[in-house]
Amino acid sequence: MQLNSDVLNRINYLVGTSEIVNSISDISSKQLFDNSIIEFLNYTSKEIMKDSRSRMYSDVVTFAFWIRKSSIVKLNGKYNDEMQIKLGKGVAFHIAPSNVPVNFAYSLVSGLLTGNVNIVRVPSKEFPQVGIITDALNKALIEYPEMRQYVLCIRYDRDKDINDLLSSLADVRIVWGGDQTISELRKSPLQPRAGEITFADRYSLAVIDSDRYMDIEDKERVAEDFYNDTFLTDQNACTSPRIVVWTGSQKQEAKKVFWDNEYRLVKKKYTFQSIQGVNKLTKAFLAAAEQFGVKILERKDNLIVRVAVLNVTEKLMEYRDNSGYFYEYDCDDIMSIAPLCKDNRCQTLGYIGDKEMFLPLLISGVKGIDRVVPIGKTMDFDLIWDGYNLPALLTRTIVME
Amino acid sequence: MSFDDIINISPYSLDSKEKEKMLTERLLELTAFHRRNCKEYNNMLEALNFDETEVNSYKDLPFLPVRLFKELELKSISQENVVKTMTSSGTTGQAVSKIYLDKTTSSNQQKAMVKIVSDFTGSSRMPMIIIDCPSVVKNRAMFSARGAGILGFSIFGAKKIYALDDNMKLDVDGLREFLDKYKGQKILMFGFTFMIWQHFYKELVRLRDGGITFDLSDGILIHGGGWKKLISEAVSHDEFHKRLNDVCGIEHIYDYYGMVEQTGCIYMECECGHLHASIFSDVITRRPIDFSECDMGETGIIQVVSVIPESYPGHSLLTEDEGVILGEDDCPCGRKGKYFKINGRLKNAEIRGCSDTYATKF
Repeated sequence: MQLNSDVLNRINYLVGTSEIVNSISDISSKQLFDNSIIEFLNYTSKEIMKDSRSRMYSDVVTFAFWIRKSSIVKLNGKYNDEMQIKLGKGVAFHIAPSNVPVNFAYSLVSGLLTGNVNIVRVPSKEFPQVGIITDALNKALIEYPEMRQYVLCIRYDRDKDINDLLSSLADVRIVWGGDQTISELRKSPLQPRAGEITFADRYSLAVIDSDRYMDIEDKERVAEDFYNDTFLTDQNACTSPRIVVWTGSQKQEAKKVFWDNEYRLVKKKYTFQSIQGVNKLTKAFLAAAEQFGVKILERKDNLIVRVAVLNVTEKLMEYRDNSGYFYEYDCDDIMSIAPLCKDNRCQTLGYIGDKEMFLPLLISGVKGIDRVVPIGKTMDFDLIWDGYNLPALLTRTIVME
Repeated sequence: MSFDDIINISPYSLDSKEKEKMLTERLLELTAFHRRNCKEYNNMLEALNFDETEVNSYKDLPFLPVRLFKELELKSISQENVVKTMTSSGTTGQAVSKIYLDKTTSSNQQKAMVKIVSDFTGSSRMPMIIIDCPSVVKNRAMFSARGAGILGFSIFGAKKIYALDDNMKLDVDGLREFLDKYKGQKILMFGFTFMIWQHFYKELVRLRDGGITFDLSDGILIHGGGWKKLISEAVSHDEFHKRLNDVCGIEHIYDYYGMVEQTGCIYMECECGHLHASIFSDVITRRPIDFSECDMGETGIIQVVSVIPESYPGHSLLTEDEGVILGEDDCPCGRKGKYFKINGRLKNAEIRGCSDTYATKF
């Protein structure tokens, strides 16, 4: 098949070439967790760790750690029962979010481990992390030339012609970047048998059992964990808690200790931008105008703005903000947060305490909550993500009786 | 204290102590008034646990971010008393502020403006050239910021012409005829900074190159609306003055700072190039990190207060502009009150996140 070369020429290749795209439908899929892929990723991991630039980027190091052989073998054990033949669906076309440097690499690896040929659109913004990872991939491809057809990392400006062309080649399309990007990509049709995985706009919450928190010795560690869940991504990742729900019998004491610790850390580590204080005050007033009983809590400065609510309503998350803006709710019955969790935009529930306490809420049938994970782990990527079982969705299962 | 008690005071005559006392009294009353009459405003003050008995100065009063007027319909009057709705001049697709005026507030805006501007132009009305197109003011019930500015200043004009047609083309013959007719008289000119540059100045340069010139040395030009668009053309304040003077001989050029959310109490630029707060309003600069008041000379976010707004809770607002207070009560021009300069808009936040950002917030 000859593809429109005018359109192809507008694509910039960080990994791979346009020749591979031209013959892409002829490339065969691999099996789920194929050994060649595991070896290739392990080599890539070593290349990343060898690169002196990597040390400056904890997100790059975390990624390299995740694709080591020992880590992938664990995933294999978890997601591959080897009872059936499972093959990659074919061509996976990934659109990575423009604002998270390393996300494209996780998406790529999900596509690779499931045996697919991958075309990954990386962020148009030139993050150094993208360069470090694509350099390592290119080095690994010299060592593993048989993998070349499976890894393409490309960059292009918003361009519907390119979206159309690559979507027409895809057996599965993976769209990150939220609602607007999804609706943009939906204008480009897929083949009848092709599937799509979309990562829409989501919000997340944290639930802290005050008694359990007070028992924790290393409160500074908790502050670090919470920082990584929130401020590290300007509290604007889909996984970042926008509200902290307090349970247990020592709510007031716990809040004081928790936020004092957090404040010290934020003051030390976070880069504040002038407009952020104005943004947060605006959101707090909008929430107050809408809902009775909202209180903007006393604060030293605009680094952390906390807004207490008397009850949790469905509308509250319309007024969510980022960069250190938290709603807080004192909760004596976990079912009272159901209005937030009913919405299918509700994604991660980060917790300190006993996860069993969420069972009544989960089995009540709420449409939200795809992950219940400890605070500090909300950003940890897994092959079941955002409610999608990626190994299942990115492979084809062959029935043989 | 009512607005009528203030309007008869000369607009730049109070020193900082007198002004603080007057503003504190009036703004406290307005705060209480809006609290009673605007539910959303009351909710916001409740959220702050605001207690007016703890207020020692108008500087302690809460301020609302101006963006709230884009998101909410804030008013302290019933809908049937709304005589005018003013909107900010957002570009297409952006949310605009909506400001609701009743008869009193609308009339007080005009009165304050007359007091302020006459301090610079004298009190007699003059022939006036509006450097804009007539269609901007067509709908008298819905006012854009541009329309409001034009109508506000029009009261200083005896005879008026619009220098541009609805295609933003300079009306060369009309302008010539007007200038011939009022030769030797002081002429008031008004327009928006960028419009003047784009559609008036550039056209005058083109005409001059073709041998056609205009003498506007008797003109007083008042312009506002901000420098944002001109900065991208690399035109500074001084350059603007010099180039206009070169092309048409005009000497008296006054910038002003103001916003649709507090129409009336504009901040005029004096002969020394400083923007001045009149007794009808004040500026406070605040530190972004904790909103504490900046020292003189320190850059901060501009808060504006005004004694005028009765129909909507806009008497104390936090803008998204940055500026510096240069001094108080001691400008060489002789006017009392604070004088300051505006540095420009606050930058949008650059933040990370899973959702791709499209410039929608502003």
